[in-house]
Amino acid sequence: MAAAEGSGAGGAAKPLFAGLSDVSISEDIPVEGEITVPVGSCSPDEDYSTLDEPVRDTIMRDLKAVGKKFVHVMYPKKSSALLRDWDLWGPLVLCVSLALMLQGGSADSKEDGGPQFAEVFVIIWFGAVVITLNSKLLGGTISFFQSLCVLGYCVLPLTVAMLVCRLVLLAGSGTVSFIVRLIVVMAMFAWSTLASTAFLADSQPPNRKALVIYPIFLFYFVISWMILTFTAQ
Amino acid sequence: MAASDQLRFHEFDEAADLLAATPDATTTSVSERQSHVALDVGSSYDENEEGDESDKTELLSGQKQPPSFWTFEYYQAFFDVDTYQVLDRIKGSLLPLPGKNFVRHYLRNNPDLYGPFWICTTLVFTLAISGNLSNFLEKHGNTSFRYSPQFHKVTIAGVAIYCYAGLVPLALWGYLQWRKGVCLNVASYTLLETVCVYGYSLSVYIPASVLWLIPVSWLQWLLIATAMTLSGSVLVLTFWPLIRLDSRAATLAVLTIVLALHALLAVGCKLYFFQKPVYAVPLHSAYTKAPGGAQLLTASHPRLNSSMTTPLRF
Repeated sequence: MAAAEGSGAGGAAKPLFAGLSDVSISEDIPVEGEITVPVGSCSPDEDYSTLDEPVRDTIMRDLKAVGKKFVHVMYPKKSSALLRDWDLWGPLVLCVSLALMLQGGSADSKEDGGPQFAEVFVIIWFGAVVITLNSKLLGGTISFFQSLCVLGYCVLPLTVAMLVCRLVLLAGSGTVSFIVRLIVVMAMFAWSTLASTAFLADSQPPNRKALVIYPIFLFYFVISWMILTFTAQ
Repeated sequence: MAASDQLRFHEFDEAADLLAATPDATTTSVSERQSHVALDVGSSYDENEEGDESDKTELLSGQKQPPSFWTFEYYQAFFDVDTYQVLDRIKGSLLPLPGKNFVRHYLRNNPDLYGPFWICTTLVFTLAISGNLSNFLEKHGNTSFRYSPQFHKVTIAGVAIYCYAGLVPLALWGYLQWRKGVCLNVASYTLLETVCVYGYSLSVYIPASVLWLIPVSWLQWLLIATAMTLSGSVLVLTFWPLIRLDSRAATLAVLTIVLALHALLAVGCKLYFFQKPVYAVPLHSAYTKAPGGAQLLTASHPRLNSSMTTPLRF
């Protein structure tokens, strides 16, 4: 084919590409691939098949996806499942449960107490949005909702810490319980930060990684502080 | 310039050679000439190739439209910093040297919004947390004290710091712009550079607010004096070259107001978030007399009284 092209361009009077009509494919080169369009599997019923399934199947499928992501957070390996199929159900459930557990706290006067439901909710969602914007502005390649998904799911260890703290506070609220709570919250804070860093750090430009990780550290630090200072009524 | 056979469609590599051969399309440092040339080269080509070649010429000459205000890329220009640059700028604001103007030496026409925003956020939470901790440390010996997280302090700290770091640079920039019109010797930085300087100058208060937890009175005032000196000198050293050729009264007025606002922020934060350390009996009796929410209010009065009668306690 190249030879035919060369001979076609060599003759100065002939227009270009005139030699292409002379080109023929030799029989030695096998033609690969299919040219038949598979018809059988593209029936219109398959596209809408999830509409006919029982509701239980739909809910279980979503719950399983959320559960799988929880497992990914608790054992953070570099898998891309969290990033690829993002969803915001998990973060919503975690945020609402954390805010419900943190609500009110002890209060001598109404304004002197712990964070209210709305304050926790706003801090978590607004904080996650600001961190995502920050990482995108610094040149990160991760998409907006993927980042929100990761940051939301990595609140799971801190929610577990909140549960543990409430149980410990039921037992008593002296120095020993404070030390136990401190250790648990610090461990879960480190777990959250490391988990989210493991998922998010790869998508950042290499000389700005610290600039992206610091806000994530601050975010989980503030949530840990809110959990640690929770005192029951 | 272009022979007739050069206008015909060639293969891709030949077209690139053609562009390289055309003398006017080489990159030079004069931008006006390039944009003018881009139009020239583009108009001499066929209709089909014009879109293609003028784009290539534009790219080769380095000309680009600045991104519009409504696009994401416009704001990415404010975050064009690396880790070492941010750390460098923070170091420069912690240790101001008389020869190094912060804007000229550290910013170098690349102001960023990352530093000011996250320094202010960190300062807000540091103030709230340290204030809560110092409140706890001061009062935990008292039997009637019940610990409370005092979350409303975060909101108050946030409003105070963000208003200071946003509105004061705006006011100063506006004043300098006006003054530039009145008196020709006055120059001005861009708004972003002013916001950047103010943001980075607040960074010295972060370690200061953590160290204020130490309940030694003279150490706290020493810390506040040191912090105010350092961050105030960053501001003065930055703005002095702009206004020193102005009339004496105006120069003095501007510097006084800048420093006074800075001092107001520091002292206000100190007095609101951090209680004075526990002295002796008079404070305790005030607590036990007034339980509940009035604790904070009555606590301030004996302090003021004691400060007026025994100034040596400072």
